[in-house]
Amino acid sequence: MIGNMETYVLQIFNGISVSSILMLAALGLAIIFGLMKIINMAHGELIMIGAYVTFVTQNIFLSYVDKNLFDIYFLLALPAAFIVTAFIGYLLEITIVRHLYGRPLDSLLATWGVSLVLQQLARSIFGAPNVDVRSPQWLNGGMIIFSNLQLPYKRLFIMLLVVLCIGGVYYFLYKTTGGRRIRAVMQNRTMAQSLGINTRKVDAMTFAIGSGLAGIAGCALTLLGSIGPTLGTNYIIDTFMVVVLGGVGTIIGTVVGAGIIGLGNTIFEFFTDASLGKVLVFTVVILFLQWRPQGFFTIKSRSLDE
Amino acid sequence: MIIKYAKKFKGIAGIVAIALTMSLFLVGCGAEKTGGTNGETPSATNTGDTIKVGILHSLSGTMAISEVSVKDAEMMAIEEINASGGVLGKKIEPIVEDGASDWPKFAEKAKKLLQNDQVATVFGCWTSASRKAVLPVFEENNGLLWYPVQYEGMEASPNIFYTGAAPNQQIVPAVEWLLENKSKKFFLLGSDYVFPRTANKIIKAQLAAMGGELIAEEYTPLGHTDYSTVINKIKSTKPDVVFNTLNGDSNVAFFKQLKDAGISAQDLTTLSVSVAEEEIRGIGAENMKGHLVSWNYYQTTDTPENKEFVEKYKEKYGADRVTDDPIEAAYIQVYLWAEAVEKAGSTDVDKVKEAAKGLEFKAPEGLVKIEGENQHLWKPVRIGEVQEDGLIKEIWSTKEAVKPDPYLKSYDWAKGLSN
Repeated sequence: MIGNMETYVLQIFNGISVSSILMLAALGLAIIFGLMKIINMAHGELIMIGAYVTFVTQNIFLSYVDKNLFDIYFLLALPAAFIVTAFIGYLLEITIVRHLYGRPLDSLLATWGVSLVLQQLARSIFGAPNVDVRSPQWLNGGMIIFSNLQLPYKRLFIMLLVVLCIGGVYYFLYKTTGGRRIRAVMQNRTMAQSLGINTRKVDAMTFAIGSGLAGIAGCALTLLGSIGPTLGTNYIIDTFMVVVLGGVGTIIGTVVGAGIIGLGNTIFEFFTDASLGKVLVFTVVILFLQWRPQGFFTIKSRSLDE
Repeated sequence: MIIKYAKKFKGIAGIVAIALTMSLFLVGCGAEKTGGTNGETPSATNTGDTIKVGILHSLSGTMAISEVSVKDAEMMAIEEINASGGVLGKKIEPIVEDGASDWPKFAEKAKKLLQNDQVATVFGCWTSASRKAVLPVFEENNGLLWYPVQYEGMEASPNIFYTGAAPNQQIVPAVEWLLENKSKKFFLLGSDYVFPRTANKIIKAQLAAMGGELIAEEYTPLGHTDYSTVINKIKSTKPDVVFNTLNGDSNVAFFKQLKDAGISAQDLTTLSVSVAEEEIRGIGAENMKGHLVSWNYYQTTDTPENKEFVEKYKEKYGADRVTDDPIEAAYIQVYLWAEAVEKAGSTDVDKVKEAAKGLEFKAPEGLVKIEGENQHLWKPVRIGEVQEDGLIKEIWSTKEAVKPDPYLKSYDWAKGLSN
């Protein structure tokens, strides 16, 4: 592969950007998987819902709000996506997931079923073809570093968003009472229960927050990719890989896992091609998991039932 | 500790294994059921007062994006034919099956339509993978399939009518046009499956013969979402033309990210063969403005038949819907079949095939004709440029319909390709 300085700098930037997208998509999944050991196959569809919320917000702005204010729709779409998907996640938890704790096979199949239902629902409501979300003017173009090197604002924005989300989740988990409860349940459910923590409530809240984060990811992904009923399926495998590689239940694990898969993907892809790049990444991950099945990081605990 | 975790890991692997086995079992059951109920020999002649036809497209799964509209067009044609008296004095009764973007399921549903429902013909499929999956079913049961999508050629089943473009009606003239009007250095970008790989094999042979230069050939998995690396490669290899055979969602990601990288249609010529009006809506016209496509039909195609067709389609399915090449091909193939049946005086597959030879039809794209030799259509070729409103403006066309040549027999450079 011929190339010069700019090509390599841009490629490293691309790697970081892909990592940041994976991080955003996997963050919610990591929290849900970490706390409840629920393999949430519908996570991708929650991402998809976030994307459609953005689409709807855009359309509301196009038809009801002054044209000059159009560009701020995206800033409103972010919290809207979070709230809507968090609510849907909450409903999902109290109606289906709640009854399946401790039954990983059943929950896997049930959430997979939910994902199919949600996909078909999106198809019925919005139609089968992809829809178009126009990105706001201030995110078009890119930062020109030097003549041939341009870093797209959208990718920079997503990186910033990831930093904010991870900061927010960290603050919530480690500095607030609610977060402390979640971590307690994550580490030892029975012990937390006997200390008077309402684990039911914690579960519902965690599931809602994890889902909400998927919504934010969906909103951000409208900037880069397609918005259609199958949007989620394009991301779900990579996000699971991130969670498994990083280790269950830690934020730092998600960050490291996403970093390795994102950078690995882009580097391998650059020197080979996209299909082979993916094969190489998966091979590396599988070999790594043979050696360390628990992933990079785990929560150390003294409980016996682990 | 490690052993314990390994055990747990094994647990998850076990669950996945069980899930897979279960799904295999379910598929097995389904197949058995369709096979088991078929006692009598299949016949395509319909008794009763309706003529049953099958419609077999993906109404769910990743291909639903494209195939739902194609199904809509076929249903519209059937309704129109029924409204004007039907075929052989009987109404057409469509039986719609969902292939669910799953190729084995396509084969299973095809079998069901032919053996259980005994349909006179089937309109269906989109991807080459699904067509290849149902092909043996149609040949074994002597069924009839009408396939409405442009494809990579190198096929002419006696049980299939191909109403989309063969390579010499889309890809080959597009490459020729680019070499003449744009430039020589080609970057081939495609999704990693049968259509792009075969198409690129053809293009490479053509470039070698006509003085073009191949810069690079890149494939990405279907559903690939990040094109920053590919775009970086395009930037550093500086091609004149990107020939795009990406399919599905990937096109959205590619064109959005190309624009963000600061590359517009002025900086780089791209020509796509799987992006039509319907896909442009999802990509966003602002992201694709000025890029080129090659097809046989556009919504803007200027014929009286097309004006009427677009009007009827929009009236039926909504003013925001668009028509495009596969939708048009799906629509006309129902009419072609109906005319062949009228001419044959029967729905018998062999008689219909015989009657279809040389059949002409005034389609929205212009006059088309069924080539008896390979059951493809004579079609005009058009190169277009994407406009601001998402519609496509024709910038070049063959004046006459082009003879279909799926094996590219009339091109010297294509000699070694068909095997």
